Amino acid sequence: MGMTMTQKILARAAGLERVEPGQLIEGKLDLVLGNDITTPVAITEFNKAELSTVFDKDKIAIVLDHSTPCKDIKSAQLCAVCRDFAKQYDITHFYDVGQMGVEHALLPEKGLTAPGEVIIGADSHTCTYGALGAFSTGVGSTDMAAGMATGLAWFKVPQAIKVTLTGKPGPYVSGKDVVLHLIGEIGVDGALYQSLEFCGDGVAALEMDDRFTICNMAIEAGAKNGIFPVDDKTLAYLKGRVDREFTAFQADEDAVYSREVVIDLSALRPTVAFPHLPSNTKTVDEAAGTPIQQVVIGSCTNGRLKDLQEAAAILRGKKVAQGVRCIVIPATQQIYLDAMEEGLIADFISAGCAVSTPTCGPCLGGHMGVLSDNEWAISTTNRNFVGRMGPVSSMIILASPAVAAASAITGVVTDPAKV
Amino acid sequence: MKLYVYGDNVDTDVIIPARYLNAPDAKSLASHCMEDIDANFASTVEAGDIIVAGSNFGCGSSREHAPLAIKSCGVKCVIAKSFARIFYRNAINIGFPIMECPEAVDGIAPGDKVSVDFTTGVITDETSGKTWQAEPFPEFVNGIIENGGLLKALKARGVAK
Ligand code: SF4
Repeated sequence: MGMTMTQKILARAAGLERVEPGQLIEGKLDLVLGNDITTPVAITEFNKAELSTVFDKDKIAIVLDHSTPCKDIKSAQLCAVCRDFAKQYDITHFYDVGQMGVEHALLPEKGLTAPGEVIIGADSHTCTYGALGAFSTGVGSTDMAAGMATGLAWFKVPQAIKVTLTGKPGPYVSGKDVVLHLIGEIGVDGALYQSLEFCGDGVAALEMDDRFTICNMAIEAGAKNGIFPVDDKTLAYLKGRVDREFTAFQADEDAVYSREVVIDLSALRPTVAFPHLPSNTKTVDEAAGTPIQQVVIGSCTNGRLKDLQEAAAILRGKKVAQGVRCIVIPATQQIYLDAMEEGLIADFISAGCAVSTPTCGPCLGGHMGVLSDNEWAISTTNRNFVGRMGPVSSMIILASPAVAAASAITGVVTDPAKV
Repeated sequence: MKLYVYGDNVDTDVIIPARYLNAPDAKSLASHCMEDIDANFASTVEAGDIIVAGSNFGCGSSREHAPLAIKSCGVKCVIAKSFARIFYRNAINIGFPIMECPEAVDGIAPGDKVSVDFTTGVITDETSGKTWQAEPFPEFVNGIIENGGLLKALKARGVAK
């Protein structure tokens, strides 16, 4: 019986010839990640357990992205805890205001994630790096503390769902539409305890930024991880970023999957998810006309350069509708700079958008765009749970950057082809 | 003991909303636990109470604050049809017992008196007299819970220093 990509990576990390779904293993970690919300809890656990060394100061990344630049005294105190720890243990990859970006956009950009590597992060969207052929998954703060101390984590080897992508996406269909469609098909627990393994000739039609978006939201289907095969586009992305050796694992021909889902990319329409679950999907045609008061373009899901390019192409020369607030947040400093050099920031500001320094901000209702009672937002983020961006009566529609930008111009959910 | 019964997909944003994460001490977390789904929870919950829920309990963010908030309220355990995987491992890693048993969730009526035996995995509805067997933990996981959490287990093995 063959193994999937994920099973092969986990087998190697555990020093085993092969692993079976359901098997508990202890695997060696290539990177341990935390942010300004989860790291302080990990540090508390680390100190409580009287630990005094980290396994490898080069293999820990701490990114202050959620409430930064700090929104209030308490968040400033949490950041200070992270800063002190990073200094005490001489953590190489510590990213503070001025260097930081939203963690899951930042780490691949900095070359900290590579194919075949095993990465845990005390953040559920750590699954993003599967786009590069890595095994990466979200864990909690205690796992982070244990990972920092030992370089090890326990895993249950997952079964896999094979997601076969075929064809090429049409205009205004991006990675976000692919993943929302998938979650709509299988549900928010459709891949619980399993990995989503993407394959098929449609993979080649997706840019890296689309693949990051797709793997980012694997968790929204309950998956442990999402993973793409490594191809020429992956290698081109890694060039100049990763100079250490890595292994691109391929699934065996006879790998066993719990089920297969086939998605014809050419048949997809721009897709949105209505409150309060990412699986509550509709095509833009079904959703068109729903009024919104706020638009958020950014986050670890859709704050990358391609996302900003797609949004700017729609907003260029147009105006954000009266009564709509459009907030654009490039996910990293580099993306911000690239967007500025390409003139995208000018496009956004001329259209009447507010453009911010990188931060998670409104994605988790933290700052920089919290909603008021009964307000509706259309957002390129990944969760539309009750109270995620404001009070319990506020509503979030998840969408691609193109649909979000088009909706900003009209004030209602809008097909980007129609503006 | 009292039961708190919830449906499917109870996410970590409603278990402990992000707006309270910047005060991560146990008491503060406990005082806002379940606020966005059940405004009365934090004021009525008592030590020994049990949460019964549908599938995918604890989905969403990786925040360990979620099981910590529930544990800090004195809740004895959560019985659900299934758990989101990060919540599942967080609960184990902090030594908070959870039980996966769809039949028990369907069989327990709100208001019933329920008792649990963690060593055998048996859930008893003392009002109706019905019993169910929850999926027992693998040995490795039991080791973590018995040691009082992941870090203590790693220290006991001499892996963490
Ligand atoms: S942008 Fe949102 S989903 Fe992504 S890491 Fe930040 S808070 Fe989490």
